[in-house]
Amino acid sequence: MSASAPTVLDLAEIAPAFNDPTRESQAVFRKVMDAVARPGTIQDLAFAPEAPDGLDRAAGAVALTLFDFETPTWLDPALRGGNAESWMRFHCGCPLTDDPVKAAFALITDVMGAPALAAFNQGDAKYPDRSTTLVFQLPGLEGGPRVTLTGPGIKGEALLALAGLPEGFWDQVRANQAKFQFGVDLIFVAGDRLTALPRSTRATIQGN
Amino acid sequence: MTARPNQPERYYNYAYLDEQTKRMIRRSILKALAIPGYQVPFGSREMPVPYGWGTGGIQLTAAIIGPDDVYKCIDQGADDTTNAVSIRRFFAQVADVAVTEDTGKATIIQTRHRIPEQPLKAGQVLVFQVPQPEPLRGLEARETETRAMHAYEEYGLQYVSLYESVATYGRIASTVGYPTMVDERYLMSPSPIPKFDNPKMGDNEAILLFGAGREKRIYAVPPHTSVRSLDFEDYPFETQTWEEDCALCGAEESYLDEVVLDDAGTRMFVCSDSHFCADRRAAGHIGPMADHELAALETEPA
Repeated sequence: MSASAPTVLDLAEIAPAFNDPTRESQAVFRKVMDAVARPGTIQDLAFAPEAPDGLDRAAGAVALTLFDFETPTWLDPALRGGNAESWMRFHCGCPLTDDPVKAAFALITDVMGAPALAAFNQGDAKYPDRSTTLVFQLPGLEGGPRVTLTGPGIKGEALLALAGLPEGFWDQVRANQAKFQFGVDLIFVAGDRLTALPRSTRATIQGN
Repeated sequence: MTARPNQPERYYNYAYLDEQTKRMIRRSILKALAIPGYQVPFGSREMPVPYGWGTGGIQLTAAIIGPDDVYKCIDQGADDTTNAVSIRRFFAQVADVAVTEDTGKATIIQTRHRIPEQPLKAGQVLVFQVPQPEPLRGLEARETETRAMHAYEEYGLQYVSLYESVATYGRIASTVGYPTMVDERYLMSPSPIPKFDNPKMGDNEAILLFGAGREKRIYAVPPHTSVRSLDFEDYPFETQTWEEDCALCGAEESYLDEVVLDDAGTRMFVCSDSHFCADRRAAGHIGPMADHELAALETEPA
């Protein structure tokens, strides 16, 4: 069963997306690619179009750039049935799913109420690329507990201090990394900005 | 050569591929970067060149390139070879992108069989054209089996192969496509680059993307990632060396091509990296045959 019963979209209510989809999606993708290739670096997507209520600009830009009919998408309850859902159904054409294991992408704005990372698709031993990519929308990419990152893409170590993540989240990230090649990949957005933690990144909370 | 302006009456999409194909390739690139060295299957498309002419690299470039990029394309290190010139013209035409031979000025460098001599820097992407992405294919023909070997990190067969080479030739004889271990997890083919270039892959500043069009695989090495060439304690990995220096620029440390000059066996050794060699000659470095007629040809713009 789909996340919400299919309803007729009211096109007058749907906000516009990219002005020039080809050029803008390319520019967004390069920022996302740099973020995944260099975990912990923060990318600026201020040039992307404004996203509908409940969705930050960077989250909308990721959806427009990567989601389409091939990517079953899990939306958290806060986004379901709202303008953001209609906007994505219209512009991305992505099927919505209630089952986290079937999701190619998950978009999470209610971070505190989100399912565990392990609830999503962890990939197959032979095809670890089939795991879910989670997009977390946070209040900020700075000001939270300081976390040290090491691994591919990082020279020495990098620092990240994501705000608004629940207690125990970094233990989940560590467990996710520990079972590499399995695991989900994480993208974090706040406002216009974006950063990423692929499953290969080892994260340690400072002070632990 | 001037780039054609982006005319709306053009009958193909920007950068040739349609947007849905680009999204599919982009998603594969992100998973490839997240699992360094792992081969992501992708829906490789028919391209306007045959398989074997760089269709994997072309599709990767088409999926990432934008009008602000500066594009360089090399074949065996040279900017002025047929394949490189054709692909460079292709992107100048379909992606309205500036092209260069200058390794330092390029943001995307597409390559067949070499890594430029000049160290790459952050912000650059090196796109490899890959004929056979599976390092184990010569040892095990079945994809179902090689998938399982990667899944369970079962690489004994590769070491047996290296051992057999030592037993037969007294050394690890492979000089091209020398197998590597990425982040101590995935065995990876470096594409048919000479083993001379293998040490440049580890801890590189640039993003390394690999595309195999016929085999429909994409894989990647993020910056600052460990890439180890396999070897044994008593038979350590070594790169090629030459007794000669470059005949045109006198370089002692670059990868050299042997050029036969006549029927009597006269030959010269020159840098395979044409931009590196031209740059050195422009800076006043002179090799023993710098006044040879080939030197003039080498400095012609492509």
